[in-house]
Amino acid sequence: MIAALEVTPAWYLVLGAALFSIGTFGLLIRRNPLVMFMCVELMLNAVTLTFVTFSRMVRDTGGQSIVVFVLVVAAAEVVVGLAIIVALLRKRPGATADDVAILEG
Amino acid sequence: MIELIVFVVAGAACLAGAVGVVASRNPVHAALSLVGTLFGIAVLFVAQEANFLAAVQVIVYAGAIVVLFLFVIMLLGVDRAENLRVEPLGGGQRVTAGVVAVGVLGLVLTTLASTGWDATGAVGDVDESVPDINQLGEAVFTRYLYAFEITSVLLVIAVVGAVVLARRVRGEEEIVDPGQAERRAEVTERIARAESRAGGDGALAEPEAEPEEAESEQAEPEEVTTQ
Repeated sequence: MIAALEVTPAWYLVLGAALFSIGTFGLLIRRNPLVMFMCVELMLNAVTLTFVTFSRMVRDTGGQSIVVFVLVVAAAEVVVGLAIIVALLRKRPGATADDVAILEG
Repeated sequence: MIELIVFVVAGAACLAGAVGVVASRNPVHAALSLVGTLFGIAVLFVAQEANFLAAVQVIVYAGAIVVLFLFVIMLLGVDRAENLRVEPLGGGQRVTAGVVAVGVLGLVLTTLASTGWDATGAVGDVDESVPDINQLGEAVFTRYLYAFEITSVLLVIAVVGAVVLARRVRGEEEIVDPGQAERRAEVTERIARAESRAGGDGALAEPEAEPEEAESEQAEPEEVTTQ
């Protein structure tokens, strides 16, 4: 019976949705800015998985091309975000997401 | 059959890693769980014939981004464990987060189900015999050429922004200067010697005498009023 199961693209879409919602949950409950950032990466990866799946479903390279750009933007975002976190944690060690306002001015 | 096994194993790695990111107390463990998720997604890319993207995923995400995370964690020493009973927002926020996450999941699944779990829209003309990297290269350098060029500007801005944000402007007293304390002690000693040579012991006595005079001046009018 298990051998008869066929992996359809819908499975990948469901997995992507599950990863995205786990990332959303983590982003909302965690306070450590680094872990929140990792949850954002999780959500981005869920979306790239969905893009690749759709790319295969409609037989078009557009989805894969967008994933390339998502990777570039994610790299840029991580660099800037981690710089902000470094500046934040240097000003107040052990800072949480509640303390981002101390960077003001 | 093979695809089923690959999907189950890689999907389980993805989900376990995702739960690990959210639930680990230690940020280092969270970063390592993130690697598990990224590798699982790379395997799923390979299973969907996106070989180039799988390689890029491993190199850029697992090789660069996670290492950057670990560098920041280690450099700033934020790798101590947090108490997850207290540290994440508790009570109402947690319930709200759960409701939002389940809502997002339900929304996406409903949308997918409404299309019969199938993609709508025009079907492209991908030739299965051409490798995916050739097709991807052609698309990026023709259809998406402007977007590709703009990403170079984005990367430059990101690098400049990171340098500006992470640079520390040191105050004058913060500047570390080896031998500064010894030099300062030598200079003060020399000044003291020069003062004692110039004014004898009077130079040292005068500063002590002045406050006494000021006190006596203040005290005198009081005496006048009492008389």
